[in-house]
Amino acid sequence: MNWDIILTQFFSQSIGVNAMVFAMAAIGLNIHFGYTGLLNFGHVGFMAAGAYGVGMTVFWLDQSFWLGLVVGVLFCVALALLLGVPTLRLRSDYLGITTIAASEALRIFVRWRGNRERTGASEGINDFADDFFALNIFDKPGNQSYRFFFFEYRAQDLWMMVVGWSLVLLFVLLNWQLVRSPWGRVLKSIREDEDAARALGKNAYSYKMQALVLGGVIGGVAGMMQVIAKQSVQPDTFNPVITFLIWTVLIIGGVGKVWSPVAGSIIYWALISGLITFMRELIGTDLSDTLETWLNLSILNVDQLRFVIFGFTLMMLMWFRPQGIFGSREEMALDDR
Amino acid sequence: MTDNSDSTDSAELEQGDSSSGIVLGATAGGGGAGSAEMVNIPNPIEGIFDNVDPTPGSKKPDEILVAKNVVRRFGGLTAVDVAEVRIQRGAITALIGPNGAGKTTFFNLLTGFDAPDEGHVELNGTSIDGVASHKLAARGMVRTFQLTKALSKLTVLDNMKLGAKDQPGEKFLTALFTPAWRGRENKVEAQARALLDRFNMTHMADEFAGTLSGGQRKLVEMARALMTEPELVMLDEPMAGVNPALTQSLLGHVKQLRAEGRTVIFVEHDMDVVRDISDWVVVMAEGKIIAEGTPDAIAANQAVVDAYLGSHHDTDLTFEEEE
Repeated sequence: MNWDIILTQFFSQSIGVNAMVFAMAAIGLNIHFGYTGLLNFGHVGFMAAGAYGVGMTVFWLDQSFWLGLVVGVLFCVALALLLGVPTLRLRSDYLGITTIAASEALRIFVRWRGNRERTGASEGINDFADDFFALNIFDKPGNQSYRFFFFEYRAQDLWMMVVGWSLVLLFVLLNWQLVRSPWGRVLKSIREDEDAARALGKNAYSYKMQALVLGGVIGGVAGMMQVIAKQSVQPDTFNPVITFLIWTVLIIGGVGKVWSPVAGSIIYWALISGLITFMRELIGTDLSDTLETWLNLSILNVDQLRFVIFGFTLMMLMWFRPQGIFGSREEMALDDR
Repeated sequence: MTDNSDSTDSAELEQGDSSSGIVLGATAGGGGAGSAEMVNIPNPIEGIFDNVDPTPGSKKPDEILVAKNVVRRFGGLTAVDVAEVRIQRGAITALIGPNGAGKTTFFNLLTGFDAPDEGHVELNGTSIDGVASHKLAARGMVRTFQLTKALSKLTVLDNMKLGAKDQPGEKFLTALFTPAWRGRENKVEAQARALLDRFNMTHMADEFAGTLSGGQRKLVEMARALMTEPELVMLDEPMAGVNPALTQSLLGHVKQLRAEGRTVIFVEHDMDVVRDISDWVVVMAEGKIIAEGTPDAIAANQAVVDAYLGSHHDTDLTFEEEE
């Protein structure tokens, strides 16, 4: 068993591109659910809106990549308004139902064959972000990969990580400033009791809309980062499971805390990558026959098993530390009163 | 609410009432009035109802709120059908009636939390028909709720600060620049602390509101409503679920509102409370206003007694019927 590889995966993935994308998406979801109490079960829809905004601008409209980033943000704003206008005056579960349906509808719509010229349908859109990588300060001739201690990143990934994590930091700071401001206080009051906020003269509908748009745009930027890193927009990367993985990340970190999306994402990706590498290594050892006989475990199905183990871990987390890493048990207990 | 916290309430009451003489927004600690003075909170509108006709919808000398032909139906059920009601400025008006009389529904209609099917409501002479509930706070009307709405995961101080008006930091873009709202925030905090002091809640300022007892929540909700500097305070069952000792304290606070020149409308079941603090009583039964008058007159009114005891359960009750 090669522990070097396992540890390398564990540490390198903990700050890798995926961890960055999920941290950012979870910041958006935290603004929705953690601070405003909006049940958003279709966060991946915002990621798709951002991703397709930039992809379609380049692929279909033949415009610049940079304009595409703006279009991506506008798509997210439009999606938030579309979801919010009919549902935010209703009870919070209506938004939940609508978002999960809308995110699936969006995915099915973009992969529809009739949209091939616009969205690339099931083939998606590829190689649209050359402008972004042209700015890569790490991409020097003869130096395509960088080594830090015992892990190594390709120049392209390193550039992505530097830009991405800088944005994550920016959003964390934005989040921090907003929730300490009177604006954030109104959001929290709406989470606690919308009617009380209204009685005190706060336009709850307007604040919920602002939160939905803000969180949606941050989710959209996460979606853009994800597709830029791969230079590929694929409809099926935006399936509903992603939404629930982002929820997992948020719950691990602790709902309604500024740093929890970042911590949650790092922990999630470190564990999941470490786990899969460990299992693969395990199958490579003398134990492989025993594993196959007893657990029917082989290299073919090891990927599925990690989610079983992860789900079990999440159940244990809910049991022993329901407030997550940063959450406070005292605050959790107030919900029951 | 545990027994333990109840006893805390009554203990606070003893030392508590000393600061109730402080006027809203004034600095804390200047009171020092003994509990004897609590009983003698001045009534600036004493005698104003002497010449008012004690019939439903009668005119008052100086009206702050007027509702006409307000009807609210839920399917086939007419929950509220108020022909006319006029509320005197600066007075404490009680809205009483048996369970299911439509008091809370009527309250919701007046405060914009529900929209009437028909009718008009005027606040200070201007129509507030169709005005959203959150806009009424700016017009000087604020309400509390029958089921107390403490914002559990905000501190008591944050609960209070939320009520403040004109905080530029509540706009998204302004919120990003601390200096743009810090000044106002400091003033709001001073105002909040002064009010907490008046309601003897200073020691709880930094606790989560969710940790308060039921009675303390009532106090915080009333104090929070005062942060909006209202002209008209609408209290929906302010004494519900509060122990008798704390009720006395709450009554003192309500009288204090009148002494400051505010108008109070409150829904209540307890006739002792009503007789103690109200200047005028409006009685609802089966969605209609069946009687109006001074507390003493209402207590002797046969239509009201019948409404509560149900002797006319199968017919519509009107005040005229009894005449």
